[in-house]
Amino acid sequence: MQPAELKKLQSDYLKKLIPYIYNSCPVYKKKIDDAGVKPDQIKSIDDIKRLPFTTKIDMRDNYPYGLFSAKDKDIVEIHISSGTTGNPTLVGYTRYDVSLWSEVMARTICCAGGEPGDTIQIAYGYGLFTGGLGFHYGALELGMRIIPTSAGQTARQLKVMQDFKPRVIACTPSYVLYMAEEAKAMGIDPAKGNWKIGIFGAEPWSEPMRKEIEQVWNMSATDVYGLSEIIGPGVAQECTHKDGLHIYSDVFYPEIIDPKTDQDVKEGESGELVITTLTKQAIPLIRYRTRDIVSIRYDKCKCGRTSPRISKIKGRTDDMIIVRGINVFPSQIEHVLLGIKGTQPHYQIIVDRKAHQLDEVEVLVEVEEKIFSDEVKKLNELSAKIKKEIEAALSIGVKVTLVEPKTIQRSEGKAKRIIDKRII
Amino acid sequence: MKLTQISVFLENRKGRLYEVCSLLGKTGINIRALTIAETETFGVLRIVVDKSDLAIKTLKANNFVANLTDVVAIEVGDKPGGLAAVLKVFADSDINVEYMYGFVEKFSDNALLVFRFEDTDKAAKILADKGIKVVTRREIEGL
Repeated sequence: MQPAELKKLQSDYLKKLIPYIYNSCPVYKKKIDDAGVKPDQIKSIDDIKRLPFTTKIDMRDNYPYGLFSAKDKDIVEIHISSGTTGNPTLVGYTRYDVSLWSEVMARTICCAGGEPGDTIQIAYGYGLFTGGLGFHYGALELGMRIIPTSAGQTARQLKVMQDFKPRVIACTPSYVLYMAEEAKAMGIDPAKGNWKIGIFGAEPWSEPMRKEIEQVWNMSATDVYGLSEIIGPGVAQECTHKDGLHIYSDVFYPEIIDPKTDQDVKEGESGELVITTLTKQAIPLIRYRTRDIVSIRYDKCKCGRTSPRISKIKGRTDDMIIVRGINVFPSQIEHVLLGIKGTQPHYQIIVDRKAHQLDEVEVLVEVEEKIFSDEVKKLNELSAKIKKEIEAALSIGVKVTLVEPKTIQRSEGKAKRIIDKRII
Repeated sequence: MKLTQISVFLENRKGRLYEVCSLLGKTGINIRALTIAETETFGVLRIVVDKSDLAIKTLKANNFVANLTDVVAIEVGDKPGGLAAVLKVFADSDINVEYMYGFVEKFSDNALLVFRFEDTDKAAKILADKGIKVVTRREIEGL
């Protein structure tokens, strides 16, 4: 699509979107009123700068349905991911939204090199996590044969790969490397594997990791970007040239801003990715602050696509980390500890990834005098309780280690909450 | 008749036990009885000392997590069946022993054992009723 044509489309969408949200979502009506904007003042996509930002805090404060614009009866699917504290992040889809998701995911698989008639093994988790179902809808739309293995059960994943010869694999990048190790241990040569195209995402990864995956599996490894607040996977995807991720700016309008000044950064400079969902119905978001740091470029790609390209994620503007595809906020752990009688929120999270293994999370919790007991069984019970509650809050397995007070290093009075030892 | 045991939380880290013992030694505190309960990631050091008030003050001042527990030190005949005879009294009286350990030294022909009961008061009463010899605080301090 030519730039002028795209801009007209984006402007048309935005002109329809704003009155729709304004009239159906009281929370947004107030936000727009507070910004001193009238819906009919939004005439072009350039007017988006007059609109207020939406943050994860807005999602939390208006949990569950406050940011929804569609009528309750029109919501056909919901997904839930972790929130910063207390409430999780809820997203909903109308029938149209599901078809939009199918469309952008079909584009994603195509962009990676997948074709109708190919078989795809979807080893992202199916369930409340958007990974599995997002790929499922896209593959269905594209006309592929789907093997919905979901995550885990590595031996079975490898048997499926050998028996049904899927050309495309979709999972987290750390999992595909882990599967290579398991394959070798089982006497299977990964280089002779059937997967030729990999679509990997939901966690940060790097060029060296790409090289390793491509070498060990003898496949093309591509990066997918998405977040459940926007739609799930299917916001941006690398093509076979792997020179940036094509963002579907006709439906997800991107801005890159300086998180401190909220002003646009220059093309090519790093900043926070802000996305407006131009056509979504259930929970359209205006200028959503993704907290992901990327850069963007608008030149035409060698593949011929004119859509802008974002870089791989270069960092975060908050303290969120991603572990095995799951978003983890230190504040979630703090919340759990405050809820357990006698424990203080003195903790540290250590994330590690041994070579070709999955991420491991250890939570160090300082033992205070109030909860210390001469009986080991009581301390073990406490540690088990903390573990259980953190796992429930985070949806991932953790190891809990009790440590002596003041052992957790503090820098300038502020405790360092996360030690990320992963070499990505 | 009850004695004070000091329990100290120990991270599973090289030299940590040495640090506790060296601190107590420098302060002139003598350890009378000692045991360590260990898990994969931490341990609990339990000690009976001659000057328990000074010991707990010193440990806390040095950022150790420590607390006090009531225990009873019992003289047990140093012969086959000596311990069994005492344990039978507890079993018959429905008294639970959480854990127990031996003294470093003894001050009669009998062996000396530290008992941590689920219900210390109940245990103390039974011991008195049965006339079983327990060690007093004064005796520990003067050992």
